Amino acid sequence: MAIDAATVRKVARLARIAEPEERLEPLARELSGILDWIEQLAEVNTDGVEPMTTSVAMKLPLRDDVVTDGGDPARVLSNAPKSDKGFFVVPKVVE
Amino acid sequence: MAGLTGLSLKAALDGLASKTFSSEEITRDHIAAVEASSALNAFVVETPDKALDMARASDARRASGDAGPLDGAPLGIKDLFCTDGVESTAGSMILRGFRPTYESTVTSNLWRDGAVMLGKLNMDEFAMGSSNETSAWGPVANPWRAQGSNANLTPGGSSGGSAAAVAAELCLGATATDTGGSIRQPAAFTGTVGIKPTYGRCSRWGIVAFASSLDQAGPMARTVEDTAILLRSMAGHDPKDSTSINAEVPDFASFCGKSVKGLRIGVPKEYRVDGMPPEIDALWEQGIAWLKDAGCEIVEVSLPHTRYALPAYYIIAPAEASSNLARYDGMRYGLRVEGGNLTETYENTRAQGFGEEVKRRILIGTYVLSAGYYDAYYLKALKVRRRIADDFDQAWQTCDALLTPTAPSAAFALGEKSDDPVAMYLNDIFTVTVNLAGLPGMSVPAGLDAQGLPLGLQLIGRNLDEGTLFSLGSAIEKAADFRAKPQKWW
Repeated sequence: MAIDAATVRKVARLARIAEPEERLEPLARELSGILDWIEQLAEVNTDGVEPMTTSVAMKLPLRDDVVTDGGDPARVLSNAPKSDKGFFVVPKVVE
Repeated sequence: MAGLTGLSLKAALDGLASKTFSSEEITRDHIAAVEASSALNAFVVETPDKALDMARASDARRASGDAGPLDGAPLGIKDLFCTDGVESTAGSMILRGFRPTYESTVTSNLWRDGAVMLGKLNMDEFAMGSSNETSAWGPVANPWRAQGSNANLTPGGSSGGSAAAVAAELCLGATATDTGGSIRQPAAFTGTVGIKPTYGRCSRWGIVAFASSLDQAGPMARTVEDTAILLRSMAGHDPKDSTSINAEVPDFASFCGKSVKGLRIGVPKEYRVDGMPPEIDALWEQGIAWLKDAGCEIVEVSLPHTRYALPAYYIIAPAEASSNLARYDGMRYGLRVEGGNLTETYENTRAQGFGEEVKRRILIGTYVLSAGYYDAYYLKALKVRRRIADDFDQAWQTCDALLTPTAPSAAFALGEKSDDPVAMYLNDIFTVTVNLAGLPGMSVPAGLDAQGLPLGLQLIGRNLDEGTLFSLGSAIEKAADFRAKPQKWW
C-alpha cells in the first residue's frame, strides 16, 4: 500500500482539508488504489526526455506593466463572505 | 412542445435571417422546453428573463440590419464559465451563490455575435468526473434510455448538462469544456457532436480552472456544421490568457461537406483494448469503411504510449488542480465555515465545500507534488506526457488524421461506477491522450448499440487543423445518416 493513514493526515493538512480520523484509513486505501495503478509509469523509459509542461510551443508573452483594471472595491467585495468598510474581514491571525 | 426547438442551429439562423420567425419566438419555445425538463436536471440556473431581453435586443439588431453570425440563437452555458451577474458554481457547494462581476472571454464572444443565454448547465464538480454524479446539484439524467427500460443513464461527464440539454433539444447548442474527454465522451453518450479544439484556440479567461495545461473550451451541438459555426465565434486570440494562440480563426463551417478524397486516416492499433464491446469494434470498422468509400486512404499507425496516458493524466491533472483549487479559502468569495483559528477556518471551509472526488484529487495532487515524491511522480508524468505527444508527431508522418472510438462503452447506469474511481477514470481511455498532446479531437454520433443507445467515433487532428476534422466529421455524419432521437420521457 503506497499511502498509510499518517500520510493521509499529513497531506490533508498540507491541502487544508479537515479529514476526520475515521476517514483516514478508507482514504488511505482509496488513494493507494489509485497510486498503485499509476505505478505502471515506471515501465516507461524516460531517460533524456524533457518534461512537457505545456503543449503550446511559444514564449510566454509579456504585456506592458501598466494598470489595466481596478478602482472598484464594491465589485471586488461583492462576493465576500464578510466585509466591512471596503475591506475583507478575515479571522484574527495575530494574537 | 413548440416546433422551433428541433431545428439545427444552421436552420434556425437561416430562419431568423429570412424573418420566418423572430428570436423572441424561438427563444420562448426553448424557455418552455427548459421549464419542462426538470427531470433531466440539465440546467442548474435558468435565466428566462435575461434570455427574452437578449432575444428582443437581437430582433431589434436584425430589424436595423446589423445581425451577428449567431444573432438570436438560444444557447446553454456550462456552469464552468463565469457569467456576469449570473450565479456560476462549477457544480460545487464551495461556490454556491457566487455571482461573477465579469464575463468569460468565450461567452463574451458568443454575446458579441448575438447569441441568447438560456441559463447555466449542470456538470461534474469542477469538471472532475465522467458521469455528472460529482455535481453538488445532483446528477443529470441522459435523455436516452435503453430500449424497454425506465432506468436513468448517465449523460457522461463532465459536460453532462451540456450534452443532455443539446440531445433533449432544450437549446440549439451549448458551451462545454474538455480536460480529459469532458466534451467528447458526453457527446458520444448522447448522440451529439462535440469538438475539443487545439489547446489555446479558445481563451481560458473566466473559465473556472481545473488543470490549466489541459483545460480547453469547445462547443456541443446536434450537427457537425453547428459545432463549426459555434467554434468560430468562441475561438480567437485573447491577451488575457497567456496560452491563447494568436492564429487566424478560419470559417470552420466552410470545411463541412468538403471532399475528403486522398486524406490519409490513421487507425491506431493500441486503441484495440481488451474487453472492448464487439459493437464498438464493429462501429469502428464501419467508420473506416465509410471514410474509405469517401476516398480516404487508411493506414495503420502505432501510438505505443497510449496505455500510459491515463496514469500520467491522473498525476498531472490532480497536481494542477491542487494548485488551482488552493484559491478556495473562504476569505474573498464562496463558502466560509468558521473554525477556532485561521487554519481551522480554511480546513472546515474546504472540507464542507468540496465533494469527495474533488477532495480525492486535491489529496493526490498535493501528495505527488510534496517533497520527496515530486520527481518520482510529477516529473515522471511530465516526461511520459512528452512521449505521448511524440507518438502523435510520429503518426503525422504517415497520416493526416486519426479515427478511433470515442468511449469504451455506451452510456452506463447512474451509480454503476461511482464506487470505483479507477473504473470511472477508464472511460477517458481514448480521449485523454489528445488533451496531453494539446491536439483537436471531435466526437461524431455514428450508430446505436443493441440497446438503442448512441455510440460515437472520434477524429483526432494535427495542431490547429480543426478544418480537416470538420470535413471528416461531416463525411461520417453523412454516411452514418444518424437521425435517431431519444424518446421523450421527461
